[in-house]
Amino acid sequence: MAELTVRLAGLTLRNPFLLASGIWGESGVSLAGAWKAGAGAVVTKSIGSSPRPGYANPTIETYDRWGMLNAMGLPNPGIAEYPKEVATALEAGATVLGSVFGATPDEFASLAERMAATGVAALELNLSCPHAEGYGTEVGGTPEAVGAIVRAVTRAVKVPVVAKITPNSADPAALAVAAERAGARAISAINTVRGLAIDVRLRRPVLSHGVGGLSGPAIKPVGLAVVWQIAQKVSVPVIGIGGVATAEDALEYLMAGATAVQVGTAVAFEGVGLFHRLPRELSELLDEVGLPSAEASVGAARAAAPVPQPPSPPR
Amino acid sequence: MGPMRTIVRLRDTVEETPTTVTLRFPFEPDALPGQFVMLWIPGDDELPMSLSYTDGPSKGVTVKAMGGTSRGILALRRGATVGVRGPYGHAFDLSPRRILIVAGGSGAAVLAPAAELAARRGGQIAVALGATTRAELLFADRFRAMGAEVVVATDDGSAGERGFVTGPAARLLGERRFDAVWTCGPEVMMVKVAESARGRGVPTVCSVERHMKCALGMCDACALGPYHVCTDGPVFDAEKLFAETEFGRFHRDASGRRLPG
Repeated sequence: MAELTVRLAGLTLRNPFLLASGIWGESGVSLAGAWKAGAGAVVTKSIGSSPRPGYANPTIETYDRWGMLNAMGLPNPGIAEYPKEVATALEAGATVLGSVFGATPDEFASLAERMAATGVAALELNLSCPHAEGYGTEVGGTPEAVGAIVRAVTRAVKVPVVAKITPNSADPAALAVAAERAGARAISAINTVRGLAIDVRLRRPVLSHGVGGLSGPAIKPVGLAVVWQIAQKVSVPVIGIGGVATAEDALEYLMAGATAVQVGTAVAFEGVGLFHRLPRELSELLDEVGLPSAEASVGAARAAAPVPQPPSPPR
Repeated sequence: MGPMRTIVRLRDTVEETPTTVTLRFPFEPDALPGQFVMLWIPGDDELPMSLSYTDGPSKGVTVKAMGGTSRGILALRRGATVGVRGPYGHAFDLSPRRILIVAGGSGAAVLAPAAELAARRGGQIAVALGATTRAELLFADRFRAMGAEVVVATDDGSAGERGFVTGPAARLLGERRFDAVWTCGPEVMMVKVAESARGRGVPTVCSVERHMKCALGMCDACALGPYHVCTDGPVFDAEKLFAETEFGRFHRDASGRRLPG
């Protein structure tokens, strides 16, 4: 059986399947549940400075097979309340990454300090929520902004810092490069892809917020392309996110250059039991394709990457 | 992946009490008593609502006006357009023969269709029905029409005995043998009912309400101990709730913050 342990940003993870932020992460008992089901680590819901109810419902639109669109609006109990939830997950033995979101580098730094104090193994910075005014993509949309936030945080905390960047940018790799230069120990990519759903009978957007973020199988090719692009520009590990529901999806991400993956929307398909199934299936798949370990598969498809050809001259 | 949204026109609205309305709408998917739908009132909100009518292609929900949105629901009229997705969640197990229903306020909404189906299958139903006042008693006639014995309690004594419904419920449990108690209403009421039933060796099943967003077991808004009310409930064995969750002690608001009660 192929070895599944991966090392990443100073952490050793028992397998490369992480619970993605925003899924099952509001309560510590739920985080513990995902860990007990077999996740390699769990990422908390993104936590801000104060309690935030999020947007009114509908906050989600589901599609038959290919995913869902959501605009939750970053609901979270606030950093003052959250340590007890982290404590519950840590008591269960979970490796926890604490996700935070802020509006400014200072706010990020202050949240990062408080989240780090809860005992999380690492931080993930939400620089990429596509639908929250003043947060996420709005503050993480340029390399300069990403650099300033990551620098403020890495100066404030000792724990490893992971930057989660947006695909809703002309050059996501430039954001990753900026994060690495500012001290990020890993890059998470991608967050949801900005999207919209309209109900034609009601002649209105479905989500109360209008624009939301698309997740699930539909965005896997988008995530793979971004990870592929980032992995050739940075030397820190990449955590691939977007449409992972099977071991094969995960191995695609690893072969594109990711060291681990996060799973989110697929939890709605089958529950956290998938964290029990996926590692076993990945191990079997690695055996089948002749790779000794998950780590050995990282970037395995890159050797076969086609060499870019200069455009042929017009006739 | 959860079923997708259907847009429907209300076929009928029925004022059940001064603060409670039933909305009937065409909705084909099969549903069982205890399951819920996410009902979208366009421009207002989308709320989880247990079905009060589960049979056939015409489903229904019965809503009490509490927050701003449910007041908006009272104003909906026949022909109004709403969105429905579901049904979601687990249903009542209809196998017990002698069933005590304990309903507080709008809790009768989910218990009435369950009792109806159980009665049709030969179950013997007794109902302890509570409300603030006579005019707020919900589905008393509907319970009687299915052949159930109905005992009433009101806070002001305007119908039945004065006080909480937990009194007559405990008395019924003491007088005769039941195979199951089904309860829905204020959480503190359900806790008391389940304790009385436990004392008599009767298992209790509760229909639980929590803040909900996705209804798909994903967003964690309705987390209750290790469960999600949307996918693991909303119908739960009381013992499971007592042993493993904060049921009756705290709930979470829309932000996920713990609040007492």
